[in-house]
Amino acid sequence: MSAGLAGVAQAQPTSLTIALAAEPTAADPHYHKMTANDAFSAHVYDSLVARNAKMELVPSLALSWKNLDDQTWEFKLRPGVKFSNGQPFTSQDVLFTICRTLNNETNVSQSYMDTTKRITDVKTPDDLTVIIKTEEPLPLLPAEMARNLPIISASIVQHGKLQFAPKTGCGVTSAWPTVTDFNSGKLAIGTGPFLMKSYVKGTGIQLERNEHYWGEKPHWKTVKMVPVPSAGPRLTGLLSGDYDVIENPAARDLARVKENPKFAFVATPSTRLVFLQPDIARNPSPFVKSADGKNPLQDLRVRKAMNMAIDRKAIVQRIMDGMATPAFQYMPDGMFGALPKAPEIKFDPEGAKKLLAEAGYPNGFELTLSSTNDRYVNDSQVAQAVAQYFTRVGIKTSVDAMTASIYFPKRAKREFSLPMGGWPAETGEASALFQLWIASLDSPKGQGTSNYGGYTNPEFDKVYLAAANTVDAAKRKKGLEAATQMALDAVPLIPLHFESSIWAFRKGLTYEGRRDQYTLATSVKVKN
Amino acid sequence: MLVFILRRLVQSLFVLLAVSVVVFFAVYAVGDPIELLVSPEASVADRQAMIERLGLDLPVWLQYTGFLTRALHGDLGTSFVHGIPAIELIVQRIPATMELVFVAISLTIIIGIPLGLIAGLKNDKPTGRGLMAGSVLGFSLPNFWQGMVLILCFAVWLHWLPAAGRGDTVTVLGVPLSLLTADGWSHVMLPAINLSLANIALVLRLTATGVVDAKTQEYVKFARAKGLRPRRILTRHILRNILIPVVTVIGMEFGSLIAYSTITETVFAWPGMGKLLIDSIYQLDRPVVVAYVMLVTFIFVMINMLVDMLYAALDPRVQLQASE
Repeated sequence: MSAGLAGVAQAQPTSLTIALAAEPTAADPHYHKMTANDAFSAHVYDSLVARNAKMELVPSLALSWKNLDDQTWEFKLRPGVKFSNGQPFTSQDVLFTICRTLNNETNVSQSYMDTTKRITDVKTPDDLTVIIKTEEPLPLLPAEMARNLPIISASIVQHGKLQFAPKTGCGVTSAWPTVTDFNSGKLAIGTGPFLMKSYVKGTGIQLERNEHYWGEKPHWKTVKMVPVPSAGPRLTGLLSGDYDVIENPAARDLARVKENPKFAFVATPSTRLVFLQPDIARNPSPFVKSADGKNPLQDLRVRKAMNMAIDRKAIVQRIMDGMATPAFQYMPDGMFGALPKAPEIKFDPEGAKKLLAEAGYPNGFELTLSSTNDRYVNDSQVAQAVAQYFTRVGIKTSVDAMTASIYFPKRAKREFSLPMGGWPAETGEASALFQLWIASLDSPKGQGTSNYGGYTNPEFDKVYLAAANTVDAAKRKKGLEAATQMALDAVPLIPLHFESSIWAFRKGLTYEGRRDQYTLATSVKVKN
Repeated sequence: MLVFILRRLVQSLFVLLAVSVVVFFAVYAVGDPIELLVSPEASVADRQAMIERLGLDLPVWLQYTGFLTRALHGDLGTSFVHGIPAIELIVQRIPATMELVFVAISLTIIIGIPLGLIAGLKNDKPTGRGLMAGSVLGFSLPNFWQGMVLILCFAVWLHWLPAAGRGDTVTVLGVPLSLLTADGWSHVMLPAINLSLANIALVLRLTATGVVDAKTQEYVKFARAKGLRPRRILTRHILRNILIPVVTVIGMEFGSLIAYSTITETVFAWPGMGKLLIDSIYQLDRPVVVAYVMLVTFIFVMINMLVDMLYAALDPRVQLQASE
């Protein structure tokens, strides 16, 4: 066997097998807004703007972009790019792609329209220029282009002259492509580094290098992605040599990888925040029992006490095996709109007890913490630990952990008093978190739709909204930082930690871990 | 024979109808799939549009009658998660599962019955006692644990066989088959052994007790007195008589392996139907769960019918028409 390994070291193979923890639900790049789907799309399709491993925006199919005014963006496209069917990439394809997301009957979540439905006009003055107008200032348009709009080819439908008229079909004369057309590979035509050879649900995806790719060509001629949802089989598959790279090995199993000189791993802090969401709106709240019959979670001092009662560092070390970062604010330090460096929330059980007494609960109260047990890394153990910390300062806390498919609908109906949640800041800035989780509920505007705690603060809403609509980056950053500080002071969410994403692989390879948790074959390199 | 088959088909229609009611309402009670499908970023209007498109806004009985009408036209619903017909999703997985089950059942028959005969014929010798004692291990050790030990020994330590997944396939008449390639066989061996161990033990024990029982029967003694060769006694007289319970058990196991080899498929990441069922339950993909259970019920009914017909072939005294 050692001879076999030596052979491998001499001539690096050009085929790669990756075991995925979560499988894309379709090969259609506009079908389902999920990390697994978007990571897969990134192999076959390009967006106008891309994000590097640190989630900074970098040019992709667009070489540059700028504001013409607050509601108008101009994208200059990369010349000389061809789709895998040989058609040249032009501004028409961008227009067609935007229209397709607005005319997509077969998508599951309409998230790919989130951006495009706020577009009021798209102009294509020449083949390499796209001008996009939005109904209101949309500073995040380039960032959203990076995650919401993989570009497909207009040549996959019959069309006359294309123009931005989504209601009447934009000039497309044949049927719009469906999810099945992409799954079968018939219309899986992109400009990305790989071509899709086959996509069989449950079995895997086969990719082949796109020899005409405009960018740096990947080392791998063929790539196989196999879905292996359970962590045990994924790891054994790596150890036995079936897989070259695996996603998310269980943190507790990493010791086996560390000991073994034939394997290596990389752990990258992600933006996924795990947090608690106290029920602030209701009095009384279903799972809180206090002596005076009120809901103590409404008292800021109580929330602050809970914040101080948790030893985040201990949780990260003992339960997360070091594969997480303690969270003292809602986004990792230094990300756009987050504080450059959040002051540590000190673990102070005595101080917490004092605050509780001040708030009128010297003997504490009773509480149920609700959490998933199969959604976030070690979620139910984390919940147990937090409950013990609360109990230690006098808040008698029990844990109710359940499977995600039961938990999420219950949380949406607001059946909990203290749910645990997780959320990745995919746009790379703080505004989306504020919009969904902290802003007051305003459904038509899509605001506060995940604000299950019912926190409301008109002052905060004003500050955050003003910032979110500011196109000037420096000003927006300041505004978002101010909003972050306001939120931290009011504790609408109790932050716990940011999960790390882990990749393990065989020796001889390297992987650049990504903050957005994407697993990309292009990022798997051969070590020299 | 024809009457028997027709009657069975009518019966199975009623069984399917009853199963559809139970499954549909049970799955409905579990939870609301919309929260898993729509991202937290979706606005209330988008969420509502989704709910309406999936028909989740209708009262449950209307959803059921709608399902039934479509089912009569051969449409068992569209997967919420994958957006394609549920039946297509299941059918894509059938070849993988059938291969696995086929190999497992073959191993069961090839190994279980001969070993059972030996154990039965030599039931008072160390060989027989050893086989009977060993077989206890076969079904008393948990299935997933056996699977993990197999992986540890043969994949991680010895590197003889791959630990997970399905091997290269060759497409025959549009069906991807892995049993035509060496790589395919190397992948199927461990999960198939994992699936068959308990069944081998079961069949071994059934055969052995049958043989022990038959050895003392008058007709065997008579045959022996007539001076027939032991081999002929074994194959013509003993085996034929003890096979009926064995065939029943193999038939039933065949069905449950197809439908519920979930644990093995999970441990070995085998892309079969069992894994699809588990994934669909986790994702509350109602149409797939319902279609799956309907299909599996149908398979069970069919297998039972085949088993009954095999009885008749094995034992001419069994009259199919009279089986009411």
